[in-house]
Amino acid sequence: MTEQTTAVLEQQTAGKTVKFEIQRQDTPDSKPYMESFEIPYRPNMNVISALMEIRRNPVNAEGKKTTPVNWDMNCLEEVCGACSMVINGRPRQSCTALVDQLTQPIRLEPMRTFPVVRDLVVDREFMFDSLKRIKAWIPIDGTYDLGEGPRMPERKRQWAYELSKCMTCGVCLEACPNVNDKTNFIGPALLSQVRLFNSHPTGAMNKDERLETIMSDGGIGECGNSQNCVVACPKGIPLTTSIAAMNRATTVQMFKNFFGSDHMVD
Amino acid sequence: MSRESDFYLRRLHSLLGVIPVGLFLTQHLVINHFATRGEEAFNNASNFMGSLPFVLFLEWFIIYIPLMFHAFYGVYIAFTAKNNVQRYGTFRNWMFMLQRVTGVFLVIFIAWHIYETRIQKALGAEVNFNMMEEILSNPFMLAFYIAGVLSATFHLANGLWSFAVTWGIAQSPRSQKIVSYITIAAFLVLSVIGIQALLAFV
Repeated sequence: MTEQTTAVLEQQTAGKTVKFEIQRQDTPDSKPYMESFEIPYRPNMNVISALMEIRRNPVNAEGKKTTPVNWDMNCLEEVCGACSMVINGRPRQSCTALVDQLTQPIRLEPMRTFPVVRDLVVDREFMFDSLKRIKAWIPIDGTYDLGEGPRMPERKRQWAYELSKCMTCGVCLEACPNVNDKTNFIGPALLSQVRLFNSHPTGAMNKDERLETIMSDGGIGECGNSQNCVVACPKGIPLTTSIAAMNRATTVQMFKNFFGSDHMVD
Repeated sequence: MSRESDFYLRRLHSLLGVIPVGLFLTQHLVINHFATRGEEAFNNASNFMGSLPFVLFLEWFIIYIPLMFHAFYGVYIAFTAKNNVQRYGTFRNWMFMLQRVTGVFLVIFIAWHIYETRIQKALGAEVNFNMMEEILSNPFMLAFYIAGVLSATFHLANGLWSFAVTWGIAQSPRSQKIVSYITIAAFLVLSVIGIQALLAFV
């Protein structure tokens, strides 16, 4: 967009405002409350630029001075997952939530599946701990140079790249009816990560360890097949296909564990 | 509240829902269908089933024990979910919720059904065409039984779909869709058989 057209748009929309209803929470333990804001419209604004405007001038819709709204953000191009929140009822990234495409008042809430730190900031530590639990990495360290690993077919690499787009944003956990305080379910994203690392030729050398983790507390057994995750995923990751694939892999692993097998990793 | 053994309990729950509970339901509805051939045909079939050798053993190990595990663990599963069909009104999310709603309803319906028939038989009553005719002469009970049969056929059909996914049989989106169509057909067929049998008593 050229500077000139932006200038024209600004002129045309001068005096226009955007209405927000934001769920606030001052401390992790305090009660949430709603606060409305009405801020000047600017062309092409997204939810983050609106939040920045509120931070610049923290005055609510009643004209009273208030504390600036807290939120998390980092990359601003939908690859980090930090700015995820519930926007008009749906969990998504606020950086790609364009004001022009949203019905007003725009309602912002934190993803309550996770502990709320303050306002829209949540603590996604649970997911990062789960990544450690499932060993979401390729072990290549040894006491000596292990040399090159097995070669990965190019077409498989392209396919695996789709799974690797996961940014641990937590949207699929927020969408899942079985991720809640009554279960320890690690969530769809993590199960797909097991598939990603088990598909890697070097990662596959520890695939039984990852499978056994998701066969324990909070693992794949908690999935109830509502398939909300695949609808919610902002990266279009085939989460339900990954879950079904891990269901098959754990079925085989279960029989191997019970009867004994010489083929734990092949 | 989840435990280390939940994975295996979930798999057992899924397996028992199909074998033997699902098979028993199909057999039960098919035997009931004798009612459409008249009182005598139904009573003969009912007597045959009731006088099978080892009938108590068969009842306990093929019906009661697996059914009780499936029912009670199922209630636990149903109440650990936080349904959100308002947020995601997709077909699968509705099926997810309905599976839990029908499951809880079936625990109530089946408990009542067993009390009204099997327990009455143990107390000396005779389970036959007349007994069902009497029960279903009450319009409220007829509606209750129709709801029970439809819940059971739905719960089985949708359970077959999730069985296929849970055990890793249907993996790709296309295969899951095909299984959906097959289970919808199973739901329709079993429902027709079940409802026809019920209406034969009216």
